[in-house]
Amino acid sequence: MKMNIGKFITESQLYKSMFRHGYSTSERDRALSVMTNVFFHLHPVKVRKSGARFGFTWCAGGLSFFVFLTLVVSGILLMFYYRPTVEYAYNDIMALREHVPFGIMRELHRWGAHAMIITVWLHMFRVFMTGSYKPPREFNWVIGVILLVLTMLLSFTGYLLPWDQLAMWAITVGSNMARATPFLGHEGPGAALLSLGGIQLVHAGSDVRFALLGGRFVGAAALLRFYILHCVAIPTAVVVLMSVHFWRIRKDGGISGPL
Amino acid sequence: MLESFKNFLNSVSSPVTIFTSAVLVFALFVTFPRQATSKPAGLAVLLLVLVFFGIGLTDEHFRTIVSTPDNVPIVGLIFLFGYFTWYAMRKAVINDRRIEKGEPTVEQAETNEKVLVFPYLIFIEFVVALAYAVMLVLWSIFLKAPLEEPANPTVSPNPSKAPWYFLGLQEMLVYFDPWIAGVLLPTFIILGLCAIPYLDRDPAGSGYYSFKGRKPVIIVYLFGFWILWILLILTGTFLRGPNWNFFGPFEVWDVHKVVPLVNVNLSELIFIKWLGVGLPKLWFLREAPGILTVLAYLVIPPAILAKTVFKNVFKKLGAVRYSILVMLLLVMVALPIKMYLRWAFNLKYLVAIPEFFFNI
Repeated sequence: MKMNIGKFITESQLYKSMFRHGYSTSERDRALSVMTNVFFHLHPVKVRKSGARFGFTWCAGGLSFFVFLTLVVSGILLMFYYRPTVEYAYNDIMALREHVPFGIMRELHRWGAHAMIITVWLHMFRVFMTGSYKPPREFNWVIGVILLVLTMLLSFTGYLLPWDQLAMWAITVGSNMARATPFLGHEGPGAALLSLGGIQLVHAGSDVRFALLGGRFVGAAALLRFYILHCVAIPTAVVVLMSVHFWRIRKDGGISGPL
Repeated sequence: MLESFKNFLNSVSSPVTIFTSAVLVFALFVTFPRQATSKPAGLAVLLLVLVFFGIGLTDEHFRTIVSTPDNVPIVGLIFLFGYFTWYAMRKAVINDRRIEKGEPTVEQAETNEKVLVFPYLIFIEFVVALAYAVMLVLWSIFLKAPLEEPANPTVSPNPSKAPWYFLGLQEMLVYFDPWIAGVLLPTFIILGLCAIPYLDRDPAGSGYYSFKGRKPVIIVYLFGFWILWILLILTGTFLRGPNWNFFGPFEVWDVHKVVPLVNVNLSELIFIKWLGVGLPKLWFLREAPGILTVLAYLVIPPAILAKTVFKNVFKKLGAVRYSILVMLLLVMVALPIKMYLRWAFNLKYLVAIPEFFFNI
C-alpha cells in the first residue's frame, strides 16, 4: 500500500478546519477560496482583467499595505526592547546594535519606513497617471492624500525615537517650522495680534510647536509624545482610514477601468 | 581628464543651472513623449545616469554623500520613479495612438473580461510581497541603520537636516520664510492634491493610461512632483552642505565656505537704489510696492486668463472652481518665480514686515 502523505495531511480534520478549501481548479472552488478566507476576501471574487495586470497597478497600493504590515510586526518587536525616556532610549537602541549578533530588526523597521514612503508615492503616481481619481472615486483619492500625509508623519515621529544627534536635530529643524504657523505659532504672522488686555495669548510656551513637543525644545516630553504618536495614535488613524480606503475601492467598482 | 570633468561639473552647478536644465529636460519630455518613451531614448538616459553615478562613485566625497544610510533610499527613488514615469508615459503614448486610430485602449480591450482573483491576482501580490521581503532583508543586512552620538541639545550639527522626504520643504526655506515654506506651501500641497478630483472632472481618461486628452493636468502634476518636489529634495539632500550653502556634486563640504550675503528687499531696491530716497518710516508706505505687486499677482492673471487662455476652463468649471484652480496654480508657480527673482536680482523679500513676522 502506497502512503500518500500529501493526501493524509490535506484530508485530516486539523487541516480541513484551517483551510476550508483545497487548491482545486474549478471556478466554484477558486471563488470559495477567496470568500472563505478573511484576508483574501478584501478582494472581490473576480476583477477586471486589465486591473489585475501588474503593468496597470504596479501593485503599489497592495505593496504599501504589505510594507505597513511588516512595519507593524517589526515595530512591535522593537517595542519590547525600547523605553521612550531620555535616560534609556539611546542605550536601548545601542543595545540592539551591540548585543544582538546579526540583528536586523531595527534595519527592517527603518528601511521599511523609507520604503513605505516610496511605495505610497508610487501608488499615488500610478493612480494619477491612470486618471483613477475621477468620479466616482474622488473621495477615496482624498482619503489617500490623508493617508500619504499620515505615512510621512509616522516616519517623522519615528525618526526621533533613537534619540541620537541625527534624530534630535532633524526633529528640531522640522518642528521649528511650526513656530511660524500664522496666528498659532509665536513667530508666525498675526500671532502678535492675539492678545487680551496686553497679555500675549500665543507665546513660546503656548503655541502650536509647544503642543507638538510638550515643551519649548525637543526634550523628554517630546520623546514621549512622539513615541505615543508613532506607536499608538497615528497607526490607529491609519488603520481606520485604510479600512475605509479599501472598502471604498470595492464600493466604487473595484480597481479602476475604462468606462 | 576625470578631474577636469568633475571640476567642470562643479563649476557649472548652481541652483539656477540645475533647476533650469531640469525644467528644460522636463519640457522636452512632455513635448516629445513619443520619442522620449522609445526604448532607445529610455536606455540612453539610463546609461547616462549610470555613467554619472559610476564616475561619481570613484569620487570620495560623492560616495560619502550618496552612501549615507538615510540617503540610499533617495538614490533608489531616482531610478524607480524615473523608470515608472517613463513606463507610464509609454503606456499613455501607446493608448493615445490607439485612440487616434479609433481602436480601444489596451485596458478597454479587456475591461469586460473578468479573471478570478484567486489565483491570478493573489499570485501577483504574493510574488511582489516576496520580492519586497527579500529586497528588504538584503538591504537590512548590508546597510546598518545609522546611530550617531547621543542627542545633545547644546551641539547642533552643521548642516542640520530634516528627514529626506521633508528636504524639499527645507530647500524652499532658502527662498521663503518658514511661515510660507513650512506651513503655507505644505498646506497648499495637501489641499491642492485633495482638490484634483474636484477640479478635473472630465470622465474621459479614467481608468487607463493616456496623455493627449489630459495633457495640461498631467503636465502640472508631473511638474509639481518632479521639479518642485523631487528635484528640491535632491538639491537639499545632496547639494546643500554646512550653513545650507550650495556645493557641486563633487565639491568637498567646506564649513568655512564664504558666500556673500547680497540679498535685498524690494523696498530697498525701489526706494534706495532706484528712487534714491531713504526708506519710508511707516511700514505700509515702505511695503506698498511689494504689497501691490503681490495683490496684482493674485488678482490680475486670473482675470486675464479667464478671458483668454482659460476661457473654456472658466466656462466648464464655473467661477468658484475656477478661482480655486487658479489660486492653487498661482501659489504653485510662485515658488519658481521667487527662485528666479532671487537668482536674477538677489531679491530677498517682495514684502518685508518683520514687525509682524510677515515676509513674502
